Amino acid sequence: MFNLAQIVKFARFKKLVLTISSINMSKDIRIKKGLDLKLKGEAEKIVSDVARSKVYAIRPSDFHGVTPKMVVKEGASVKAGEVVFYSKNDEAVKFVSPVSGTIQEIKRGDKRVILEILIAADSQDTFVEHSAKNPKDLSAQEVKEKLLVAGAWPFIAQRPYDVVANSADTPKAIFVSGINSAPLEADLEFTMAGKQEALAAGLTALTKLTSGQVHVTVRPNATFLPSVDGVTVHKAQGVHPVGLVSTQIGKIDPINKGEKVWVVQMEDVAIIGNLFLTGKLMQSKTIALAGTGFEKPSYVNVTFGAQIADVVAGNLKNGNFRIISGDVLTGDQKSKDGFIGFYHNTMTAIPEGDDYDFFGWNLPRPNKFSVYRANMFSFLTPNKKYDLNTNTNGEHRGFVLTGEYEKVCPLDIYPMQLLKSILVKDIDQMEALGIYEVAPEDFALTEYVCVSKQDHQRIVREGLDVMIKEVG
Amino acid sequence: MSLKQNLHNLKEKYRGTKMEQTFNALHTFLYLPNMTTHGGTHIKDATDLKRVMNTVIMAMVPVLIFGMFNAGYQHNGQIYGFDTIQFLTLDNFIVGLKKILPMLIVSYGVGLGVEFIFATVKKHEVEEGYLVTGMLVPLIMPVDLPLWMLAVAVVFGVIIGKELFGGTGMNILNPALTIRAFLFFNWAAWMSGDKVWVHGAVDGVKNAAGTDAISGETILGSLAANKEVGYSTYDMFMGFIPGSIGETSTALIIFGGLFLILTGIGSARIMLSAVVGAAVMGLIFNGLVDSGVILEGSKFYSLMNFPFWQHLIVGGIAFGIVYMATDPVSAAQTNTGKIIYGFLIGFFSIMIRVFNPAYPEGVMMAILLLNVFAPTIDHYVVQANVKRRMKRLKVKTA
Repeated sequence: MFNLAQIVKFARFKKLVLTISSINMSKDIRIKKGLDLKLKGEAEKIVSDVARSKVYAIRPSDFHGVTPKMVVKEGASVKAGEVVFYSKNDEAVKFVSPVSGTIQEIKRGDKRVILEILIAADSQDTFVEHSAKNPKDLSAQEVKEKLLVAGAWPFIAQRPYDVVANSADTPKAIFVSGINSAPLEADLEFTMAGKQEALAAGLTALTKLTSGQVHVTVRPNATFLPSVDGVTVHKAQGVHPVGLVSTQIGKIDPINKGEKVWVVQMEDVAIIGNLFLTGKLMQSKTIALAGTGFEKPSYVNVTFGAQIADVVAGNLKNGNFRIISGDVLTGDQKSKDGFIGFYHNTMTAIPEGDDYDFFGWNLPRPNKFSVYRANMFSFLTPNKKYDLNTNTNGEHRGFVLTGEYEKVCPLDIYPMQLLKSILVKDIDQMEALGIYEVAPEDFALTEYVCVSKQDHQRIVREGLDVMIKEVG
Repeated sequence: MSLKQNLHNLKEKYRGTKMEQTFNALHTFLYLPNMTTHGGTHIKDATDLKRVMNTVIMAMVPVLIFGMFNAGYQHNGQIYGFDTIQFLTLDNFIVGLKKILPMLIVSYGVGLGVEFIFATVKKHEVEEGYLVTGMLVPLIMPVDLPLWMLAVAVVFGVIIGKELFGGTGMNILNPALTIRAFLFFNWAAWMSGDKVWVHGAVDGVKNAAGTDAISGETILGSLAANKEVGYSTYDMFMGFIPGSIGETSTALIIFGGLFLILTGIGSARIMLSAVVGAAVMGLIFNGLVDSGVILEGSKFYSLMNFPFWQHLIVGGIAFGIVYMATDPVSAAQTNTGKIIYGFLIGFFSIMIRVFNPAYPEGVMMAILLLNVFAPTIDHYVVQANVKRRMKRLKVKTA
């Protein structure tokens, strides 16, 4: 006969088996809580090349939390793929030049913080050559070694905290989102077309790096993704943030305290795959130029760190527009002499909103969009596309409305409670409310709908930084 | 130069001076400011707190206008006879306007005055919270309340009820109800009884026979004294009855409530669960009478015997549920919490109404009580989420 302890043990075992098997299974994900902001200026599906910039830049601030230690000095010449600096906290992680050229300047700010490293480009690239090998035939250690040496490691980000992965870790799983769902974001179906081989090699390399699963989530009708051994493919549909990897992690296998998972963007998987196939780290991708600031919103092939003036040359309208490296919800504001961000797959240009609006706070405004029906009638035209500008549409206030963030947040967390716990730096509470499961980008939609105009993404970033410092 | 440019220049001129906050408050009333996003999302929703507050005020306007007519109607009706006068007459409106407009002016003037002073001293922008509070305050007052009392109470309510906590969004209690509670406990004679609800009763307007022409007793007052209720259900629902200025017309309050729900500003969860809570408590009391536990002659008999659905259309409960319980700052903030919070407000409103002989209206106390408990309710709701997370961790490590 079984005694009670045995039954309990058996039940626990069964639960464990159930949990594991549910993780292995491919899932169908439906996201209803969220918001698809419909903006004008979607990129037309044609690609062109942009002129080679005179200057390219690597900006350490693209890699949150990395303190750079320079390897080269001003005036040194570098090949494409040659190490420029490494991370002080994780010396194996190298950051390499996107082009071959000469280190023109190392720009420093307060306390000699390195702001950007400018590289004057040669007319043609000479690449650092690594061995070309199918990752299938390599050991985990060899794959890792190659990514580190070639400078492809920064493509791998870690959750929790949304920082570059630590090279000493082995994650419980790796997640790749095959959906770009932010407003006007580049369409992976278009940019990844014809890259099956590189994607397959990249995903195979990733399978070597984890003891668990590599999860890839795509739309049900996606065709760009090759089938790869050891990769679990999930189908997801619904509104933004369906494409954000936190949303997918939350539905597939949520992060618990003490666990680490890695995430890689689909575009970067292809670059990693290419590294294994050709032996060269080619830091270039097809990005979307979108938004009403462009004459012809379309796609361009660019090299990382290219100067924005060259990327938008001849395409940017005259007038008061904001250039954003990234999408309108999470991107970085740039000027023409700025440079494309390392992780960005989209560049957006939208009108600046630095003008007053007479009784703009209470009269209906048909050219603006609101999820609320407070004398705003956008709800009557759900398919209308808007040309939104950068006006805050109101001043910063304390948190007042409740229940609105939940409508655009599909994660199993309480957004406002988490934000408030971060504001008072209550570490136990942040942990209890799920800080390990979020990245700043997950709070972009709550920030968008916030009537109190609070900076949710900044608050979450600060919370994550506090956790890195206190918990590690 | 255009007005826009002139005001912009003035704004730059006053930046950093003592005038800054006051000027900006007036400026942002005229113009949506020219601020742009930095560092987060590059676009933001068209709705801000001003627009939200404006929507709530719009939902109260019908009630306010009805209140003016009704104040005159009750006054004139008692003098000339309700059979002889109409409701929607200019006479009625003017009597109401004369009483209520000064209250509105005092409420906004004093309240915003305090807000402006605090904003200037603490160097933050003037916040919009009082725009709603200032409108709510006259609506929940008896018509004959002296203005100086109102002014004192508003000062108290804004400072103690809100600013001490840090301003809009930080307060624990609903500021308008704090003001009302202050008045109630300081000058109970002016906030309850049978004198204050109809204009003229306090002054002792005499009729031809030399007796008091006006009695200002409310329906709940009559019930508490086990007297006959002299109003039809139709009168109660439409609001042709004595009471606080804005509370009488259940019909228009329902209209306002629907408006708030449809605009997405008021919480349907709170409103509906409060109605259910009140109905449940009312049914329990009706049941006590029906089953013979409470007999005729008990001092609670009339109130307990009053049909549960009629409880919902007399007194301030409908107004409290729609306009005050839904105040997002002092209410529960989680969706589940809102249902519990609303239910308990309805439940306690009727309970206090029946059991409190001194003051036969419970919704104010019920809301203030639940304001205090709202964070506790939320705490337990959020704990469910926390426990789910802990459990997941345990399964993993088991």
